[in-house]
Amino acid sequence: MPTMLILGATSDIARATALAFARKGWDLRLTGRDQDALRRIAQDIAVRTGRKVDCAPFDALAPAEEHAALWNSVAADTDALFCAVGLLGDQEAARHDLALAGRIVASNFTGLLPILALAADAFEARGRGLIIAVSSVAGDRGRASNYTYGSAKAGLTAYLSGLRQRLSASGVQVLTVLPGFVATAMTEGMNLPAPLTATPEQVAADILRAVEKKRGVVYTRWFWRWIMAVIRAIPEGVFQKMRGL
Amino acid sequence: MLLTSWGKHPVVNATVTSPRDMDAAVAHLERTGRTIGRGLGRSYGDSALNEGDVTSCLRLNHMESFDPETGVLVAEAGVSLAEILDAFLPRGWFLPVTPGTKFVTLGGAVASDVHGKDHHAAGTFSRHVLWLDLWTPALGLIRCSPEENADIFHATAGGMGLTGFILRMALRLQPAASAWIAQDMVKAENLAAIMETFEHSGHYPFSVAWIDCLKTGAAQGRSVFMAGRFAQPEELPEDRRENPHAVAAPRALSVPFDFPAFALNRFSVRAFNALYYGRAPRGKSSGIVSYNSFFYPLDAIHDWNRIYGRRGFTQYQFVIPKEAAGRGLPRILDAIAASGQGSFLAVLKLFGKQETYPGNISFPAEGYTLALDFAMNDKLLPLLDRLDAMVLDCGGHHYLTKDCRLSPETLGRGYGAALDEFRAVKARLDPKNLFSSLQSRRLGLDV
Repeated sequence: MPTMLILGATSDIARATALAFARKGWDLRLTGRDQDALRRIAQDIAVRTGRKVDCAPFDALAPAEEHAALWNSVAADTDALFCAVGLLGDQEAARHDLALAGRIVASNFTGLLPILALAADAFEARGRGLIIAVSSVAGDRGRASNYTYGSAKAGLTAYLSGLRQRLSASGVQVLTVLPGFVATAMTEGMNLPAPLTATPEQVAADILRAVEKKRGVVYTRWFWRWIMAVIRAIPEGVFQKMRGL
Repeated sequence: MLLTSWGKHPVVNATVTSPRDMDAAVAHLERTGRTIGRGLGRSYGDSALNEGDVTSCLRLNHMESFDPETGVLVAEAGVSLAEILDAFLPRGWFLPVTPGTKFVTLGGAVASDVHGKDHHAAGTFSRHVLWLDLWTPALGLIRCSPEENADIFHATAGGMGLTGFILRMALRLQPAASAWIAQDMVKAENLAAIMETFEHSGHYPFSVAWIDCLKTGAAQGRSVFMAGRFAQPEELPEDRRENPHAVAAPRALSVPFDFPAFALNRFSVRAFNALYYGRAPRGKSSGIVSYNSFFYPLDAIHDWNRIYGRRGFTQYQFVIPKEAAGRGLPRILDAIAASGQGSFLAVLKLFGKQETYPGNISFPAEGYTLALDFAMNDKLLPLLDRLDAMVLDCGGHHYLTKDCRLSPETLGRGYGAALDEFRAVKARLDPKNLFSSLQSRRLGLDV
């Protein structure tokens, strides 16, 4: 039975995706900071699907040695890595609070590098494996409203792109997930336009489909690819005047 | 935000709070002012509505454990019957009682104490609940069951969310031989014929009739009787026998927008009735159908309530004791046909004996229940008032889960002393009426 290691498994997108993969026959190892919340999710998935679902601690802000210790303890029976760690944080505050800005960049990008690197090396050596990471359309172009978060996601997207190119020769699949608006705890209280907002279940289905079709990049929902293409194409001079975007 | 339930009437301004876990739920309930519990909002009227706070159980949607020896599932109250079927029917388990839609939560199923096509054999939903965890203002979080805090358990079953907030429960599922129903369909030419059919059909685990509520004269009450039981694997077509619990994915349709008001009128409904009755084969016919089409024909059409347009609709459901039904039902059908109001969703069922307990106000009682949809319009309410009087005359009463306009007097005459006993339990659990809905205030169910 293939086993997927999930980082940040208490997020709404992670839970929905974990359930989707469990239904397809994957065993799971859920990691995150809140062990009680992880166990509640693990039990739920195990009861619904009958699959084996374990839990373990993982904190993106912890030192790289801890990430290495986790990876080494599970590497042998891990066939896929799904990274759903993310922190939006108060973007207004992050402009001036350097500690917060540092945490945002670490949670969304730099804190994930040790384990991504370890998994990449292990999968490359085996000649097979799957790496999925949730980035964001916010990384496609930095905007005044969330550039701290956006810059971290931009970094992650570029890292994954390079990783995908490196590993393509080794039979290892690397999928970048680029959600637009999703109705989750992260966006709770935000007034998202309903027609553009996905549910975690829709995102999970898009991810599953992209993995099955061996895609490298998936926008979820699909129309965000075109929205971001337009936004990226706006000339810089015009973009600067669109501060409300 | 604007909030409404399945009948899309009334629409109110409410604040919906959806706690993420048990601790958050209790913390919210301890802090909040007046509130009412809400699940998937499939009640038709105002039982899950407030101009103020509404507490949703939808994020309390984790399953906790399942025992394959006993079939007992422990789950949080926001888990839906649909999710239970998705997870367990492939493993050979079905719901012990299911209403006409699977899109209801466990909490909602208990609060309405829902019934199904198998009421005459299986009773109501709460009969299969081993215990439930309830948060009450006076006693905090308590466990109740038929053995422990039994009066609280029985008041909560069918208690429309007025005793407290249901957090989790243990439900005993029932084994199912396959995901298919061996169905018999019998055409009945009139009311006497369908009642005769029901009398002789107690051996079917599941039975219901669709009734033409607009026909008058000799064919009044003509019906299509549908009954069945789970099919054994040997009865299935060969290609299904290997995997009798495999479920064919239902083709989901959707009503993308509200139909205009003229779409559903006396002529279109009469035409539909004629077509539906006409289509059914003469006499008796049998077949194997999927569980989805037998139990949940309307669930396949998402948002089917939109065919009633923006004004919405109301469901009118009552039960009349068997002895009175012979004279009572024709009078009621006469009144409906004369009014020209009425829809093609008219369902008749013979309830079996219902266990009664002090403080319990669950709807079913032995006798005939009739459920009708009516599009909302000005001529409707006077008709329903007349029907109320007829139902009460026959010793009947009404289903609160469908109701949006019943009067406290009608409720009192229909339910009698059971209401006082219910209020006594509520007064102990919730003396300040923290749990209160638009319906409970309208009906005087608060203490």
